[in-house]
Amino acid sequence: MGHHHHDHEHGHGKGRAPLTRRRFLMRSSELTLAAAITVTAGGALLNAPEAWAMDVKALKPETMKTLIQLARDIYPHDKIADRFYAIAVKGHDDKAAADGAHKELIEKGIADLDAAAGQGGYLGLGWEAERVKLLRGIEETPFFQAVRGDLVVSLYNQQEVWPIFGYEGESYSKGGYIERGFDDIDWL
Amino acid sequence: MAAPYSKDDDSVVVIIGSGAGGGTLGNELAQKGIDVVILEAGSRHEYEDFINDEWASFSQLAWTDARTTSGTWRVAKNFPGLPAWIVKAVGGSTTHWAGASLRFQEHEFKTLTTYGKVDGANLLDWPITLQDLAPYYEKAEAKMGVTRTNGLPGLPGNNNFKILEAGAKKLGYKECHTGRMAINSVQRDDRNSCQQTGFCFQGCKWGAKWSTLYTEIPKGEATGKLEVRPDSHVLMIEHDDSGKVTGVVYADKDGNKQRQKARIVAVAGNSIESPRILLNSASNTFKDGLANSSGQVGRNYMRHMTGSVYGVFEKPVHFYRGTTMAGIIQDEAKHDPSRGFVGGYEMETLALGVPFMAAFLDPGAWGREFTTAMDSYANMAGMWLVGEDMPQESNRITLSDTKDKHGMPVANVNFDDHPNDIAMRNHAYKQGMAIYDAVGATRTFPTPPYPSTHNLGTNRMSEKAQDGVVNKHGQTHDIKNLFISDGSQFTTGGAENPTLTIVALAIRQADFIAQEMSAGTI
Ligand SMILES: Cc1cc2nc3c(=O)[nH]c(=O)nc-3n(C[C@H](O)[C@H](O)[C@H](O)COP(=O)(O)OP(=O)(O)OC[C@H]3O[C@@H](n4cnc5c(N)ncnc54)[C@H](O)[C@@H]3O)c2cc1C
Ligand code: SF4
Repeated sequence: MGHHHHDHEHGHGKGRAPLTRRRFLMRSSELTLAAAITVTAGGALLNAPEAWAMDVKALKPETMKTLIQLARDIYPHDKIADRFYAIAVKGHDDKAAADGAHKELIEKGIADLDAAAGQGGYLGLGWEAERVKLLRGIEETPFFQAVRGDLVVSLYNQQEVWPIFGYEGESYSKGGYIERGFDDIDWL
Repeated sequence: MAAPYSKDDDSVVVIIGSGAGGGTLGNELAQKGIDVVILEAGSRHEYEDFINDEWASFSQLAWTDARTTSGTWRVAKNFPGLPAWIVKAVGGSTTHWAGASLRFQEHEFKTLTTYGKVDGANLLDWPITLQDLAPYYEKAEAKMGVTRTNGLPGLPGNNNFKILEAGAKKLGYKECHTGRMAINSVQRDDRNSCQQTGFCFQGCKWGAKWSTLYTEIPKGEATGKLEVRPDSHVLMIEHDDSGKVTGVVYADKDGNKQRQKARIVAVAGNSIESPRILLNSASNTFKDGLANSSGQVGRNYMRHMTGSVYGVFEKPVHFYRGTTMAGIIQDEAKHDPSRGFVGGYEMETLALGVPFMAAFLDPGAWGREFTTAMDSYANMAGMWLVGEDMPQESNRITLSDTKDKHGMPVANVNFDDHPNDIAMRNHAYKQGMAIYDAVGATRTFPTPPYPSTHNLGTNRMSEKAQDGVVNKHGQTHDIKNLFISDGSQFTTGGAENPTLTIVALAIRQADFIAQEMSAGTI
């Protein structure tokens, strides 16, 4: 949590610029992981089923795509859509734009992962368990620590994901829970 | 004179820090007509400004200036820059605190006598007894509106409490209730009663929970005898040739150095910053820092034996609803060495929101073992384990090589668990998990300690000057007009959450200071 002061700024749901969402027709689909995400000619990421697009400014679009899958492999929640993971790792692109060392850390980290995965790269590994095995091998590296340490805030601090966990967030404006179920347990 | 005071006014009592210790002392002295200036490093945020959002509130209130860590404790690995969760704001950590307000047990003032010598532990009896402190506990409870004292009803139990209580019954525990909480269970003191908002750790937006920010401080200010100067970070305390302190140097909001003269200085910056200030004030006369002839300044750092247990159940709990910590089991708080350790522990309800649960459930963990736990968030119950830890000389605050923005060395916090702490934690984990298992938990988690919220002991109280830093009134053994007024005075930590004792000591100290001032001895 040592670096959370800055994490929290981009991790906080309210303060973040939303992804640009566009509807488009997807004509082909790659049969790899993060399959719903395609890289456009212009270098943006598109996710057709979820109807969002994301511009990537400093990192390679493919790196961003792998990063989104990596984020899901670190904190896999099957009920959480890709866009929340995309939002959660977007900060690395912003940071890479401002900080060459960070760009290098992320690009090299993803390149190393792809190399370790062999032909087809990280996204070519079909089973989560295969990818997690690779990640266990690098979990002490600065690259992994930077991604995980940021993600634990930038993913779970999105107000939009809280309802998926059954967390209701802010309650003062609703008068607290005194009339709204603070003691409603009925199964004991 | 009346507030505000001139920086050249050398008749004022300067208090460093406006939290439980400093805020209370300031009001108590002001009520007696004594001129007080409280210098507070943080800003002033009134309770309407608090935020029902964990990280946003943390950014608003918590101390995020640099600190460093060392030692084998897990916090040093997972949170190397954040050894403690302490507030930097007017009101200090009483803005973030949960309100659990328990008296020490009689034997906890006499641990060396009761437990005997424990290898590696620097146990010592307090120079005061429960009887000495009892009248001040009464005053503190009345001031803070502690439930289950003075005829105040207990808070209603929330879902998290109901699970704890059901498990406690199954295990045969007898002392389980919704706690002694410094939270209004009825309207009193011109403040609301608790609305079960569930953001006690983020500052109570209803003002239902006692905090010096909106109780002691405005009451003191209303006398015209108390000035609170926010954004005033004390860097060092100065003294004259006779060895008496004469005032403090502080950095104001713009980082400019200011000097506030003083008749008396009382240090209440919490147990990491208070010794840091004394050590940073080293001079030719006091080469090892102020009030440090014993060499004990910064040593015996205690953080309570802590840990948490979370349990997942088949059906929803929504444990984040309602008062964060209004639920306790006290049966294990006794001293019973047959359990394999000295001292005891309390079990208290605890809930975190999703953002903090992710950060603290198992810091550093990832993968499905972790995320399936998070997926069960709505079905979780939680408890905090808090017990007496052993004072050790090597658990210690020292000055780090890292400097803050004012150029002052920051505090390094070195900590290793004592074997007694580990034995107690393991016992507490086992009991905590058994409680949830008894109510049908499908999974339980023995969660490691968070960054320290209870920071104690680094300017300990002792009968003899060679054993500690302050006497039984919190007056330093070495310098008559220098006082310590926060939890760093604690000789040993007890099993109980410390704030009620900090407040009781501050009320008692105010009587002593007033008496000595009128006697002209300080
Ligand atoms: C989340 C949380 C929950 C808690 N729950 C409970 C509970 O239920 N029960 C309980 O008993 N305790 C609880 N505590 C602990 C309780 O808050 C502390 O024990 C208590 O507030 C300590 O009082 P203090 O006066 O020593 O320090 P604080 O209240 O921390 O006040 C110290 C003040 O000094 C200021 N300061 C520090 N250095 C300087 C400087 N150099 N110059 C100027 N000002 C300075 C700080 O900014 C701060 O405002 C909790 C703490 C936290 C964080
Ligand atoms: S639960 Fe009660 S004490 Fe806690 S923040 Fe809400 S109103 Fe305040």
